[in-house]
Amino acid sequence: MGILEVKNVGKRFGGLKALDNVNLSVQENTVHAIIGPNGAGKSTLLNCLIGKLIPDTGSVMFDGQSVLGRKPHEINQMGISRVFQTPEIFGDLTVFENVMIPIFARRDGAFALHAFKQVMNDRDIRERTEAMLADVNMLDKRDAHAASLSRGDKRRLEMAMCLSQQPKLLLLDEPTAGMARADTNNTIDLLKEIKAKRDITMCIIEHDMHVVFSLAERITVLAQGTPLVEDVPDNIKGHPKVREAYLGTAH
Amino acid sequence: MTDHTTDPRTAASARPATASHATETAFLGLGPKDFRLLLIVIALTMLAPFLLNPFPAGSELAQFNAGYPDLMQRFVIFGIFAIGFNILFGLTGYLSFGHAAFLGVGSYAAIWMMKLLTMNVIPAIVLSVIVAGIFALLVGFISLRRSGIYFSILTLAFAQMSYALAYSVLTPITGGETGLQAKINDPRILDPGAGQSLGRANLFGLEMGSSYNLQIGDWSFTFNAGYYLAAIVMLVGFYLAIRLFRSPFGMMLRAVKSNQQRMNYTGLNSRPYTLAAFVISGMYAGLAGGLMVAMDTQVGPERMFWTASGEVVLMTILGGAGTLIGPVLGAGMIKYMENIVSKINDNILHQWFSFLPDGLEDALVAIVYPFIGKGWNLTLGIVFMLVVIFLPGGLVQGGQKVARLFRRNNRKGGGAESEAAKKQPAE
Ligand SMILES: Nc1ncnc2c1ncn2[C@@H]1O[C@H](COP(=O)(O)OP(=O)(O)OP(=O)(O)O)[C@@H](O)[C@H]1O
Ligand SMILES: [Mg+2]
Repeated sequence: MGILEVKNVGKRFGGLKALDNVNLSVQENTVHAIIGPNGAGKSTLLNCLIGKLIPDTGSVMFDGQSVLGRKPHEINQMGISRVFQTPEIFGDLTVFENVMIPIFARRDGAFALHAFKQVMNDRDIRERTEAMLADVNMLDKRDAHAASLSRGDKRRLEMAMCLSQQPKLLLLDEPTAGMARADTNNTIDLLKEIKAKRDITMCIIEHDMHVVFSLAERITVLAQGTPLVEDVPDNIKGHPKVREAYLGTAH
Repeated sequence: MTDHTTDPRTAASARPATASHATETAFLGLGPKDFRLLLIVIALTMLAPFLLNPFPAGSELAQFNAGYPDLMQRFVIFGIFAIGFNILFGLTGYLSFGHAAFLGVGSYAAIWMMKLLTMNVIPAIVLSVIVAGIFALLVGFISLRRSGIYFSILTLAFAQMSYALAYSVLTPITGGETGLQAKINDPRILDPGAGQSLGRANLFGLEMGSSYNLQIGDWSFTFNAGYYLAAIVMLVGFYLAIRLFRSPFGMMLRAVKSNQQRMNYTGLNSRPYTLAAFVISGMYAGLAGGLMVAMDTQVGPERMFWTASGEVVLMTILGGAGTLIGPVLGAGMIKYMENIVSKINDNILHQWFSFLPDGLEDALVAIVYPFIGKGWNLTLGIVFMLVVIFLPGGLVQGGQKVARLFRRNNRKGGGAESEAAKKQPAE
């Protein structure tokens, strides 16, 4: 049994079968990549995992519990954090506040009425936030407005927000898109470091094959809403079905 | 409110300043800057009878004096109303168009306390806050299922419903069209002299209406007990609002406004946060309503009319939504215009322009006339439009701009200024 078990999941948008009978099993403490051409249904699949979408058919189990029917914040509290394809951050807040919020959420739960404490006097939260920002090399931008960051920095910030929650399962939807080469490599190193430091499962969607082959232990190829193959990276590289899916040579 | 993008620059200036380092606590759990702001507000409210009466009593300009008890009370009471409204609207972005309902409910609760229990204002004020809070819990629970315009409409509908009910079906409790006022034959079971004479609102014997007049030369200053009670309540409310703004809870409310989706995917349930903000701001509104009754022992349903709900929106935006002091400034400005600009009539205008040749005088009076007296709403409308277009951060942003201008001039003069002050403009 994997930590994440997706069984027979289907999702339609009108006449479009975005997901068609998807089965996926992600083993605990591995990095599992999902690749596939644009419109393959990769983001839709993640949406079904975090409560953004409810699949028409099938089941999604995380850590032995069903995810379906739970609200997004409940799913997050189970231990799933997600980095979105287009950065979802608190644009009006500072970088520091952006990272403090998920740390509060993990420590105090989905709701806590601390209306009489000073947010900055919470030493525990402050130190954890500083450590996290140091890890992603963003301490110098701590007082910047999140909305004013570059696209790459926004992504790094969102990753810091998710990592700061110490999730059991981290979902990354194209985490390096829009990043400069150097930042992409930093991100790879960061994820490797995190992986080495503690138990974490990662599910990563990526078009950049350099990132995929640097990190992934298993790869699932998705095309037109169905998984084509799932295997270790070495077997995926020259796989004819994969080339077919990407280049559309056959038929 | 997910789908409105704010210009980061204006959002920056309207946003409460937070340094992301450990805050030194100056006093009362406030950072040095907030503490200074609180001290300034304390000084202004305590000295208001002087500050608002700058002109000698008999002079031409005496009509611009605002230092009379009735108006000063209204300044601070509407200040409370706006401070509370800002906790909801300024922080979470949820625009309630029905907050006057909570003010009205608070008022009715207060007058009943005065009729049944005692003319001492304490039980009245306490109950007004509690009842408004409970009502806000109900309205918020339902209205917060929607966001954006639908939320606004729901709150408006609730308020108009309350208004209509108070006017008609609920007449036994609300007195209908004539409203409720303290009467001689009220039971007032805790008051010894009940039934013999019309009681007066008091604080353990100190009558709210009692005033002390200070005459200095041509100037006359009035110190009114009711004003000082309301002012102290406002200061407490203001202090609590600062604490809330700087708290984890306040940060979460700003997160709601910034990106509610992200908040939910971060493991936070935004609903109880918005509901708590709604109830707290409803309680502030109820407090304002209770104080109104404490100052003037009567209530009518018009207090809940939609225009009253709209007024607090204007106050908050005019002063600066999301800033600490803005709503209080906005409330003061609107109440000043309502009471002072509306008093100016054409005779006064003729006096002002009498130094001009007759034809020109009449022409000028004709031009200015629509903006004064009953036309004060027109002036308010124009001021409001100018502020929204040129100062989206409200009067506070205007103040910051002026302050920055001064600071820049100072620096040119040679004085080295701290960069930190530039980066984090004080409110
Ligand atoms: N909310 C929606 N409503 C309607 N159609 C949708 C919705 N979300 C996705 N789709 C469609 O479903 C299909 C799969 O989309 P999805 O975003 O999952 O692809 P993807 O694999 O993530 O692609 P990309 O690599 O471009 O991000 C696409 O054809 C898309 O247009
Ligand atoms: Mg996608």
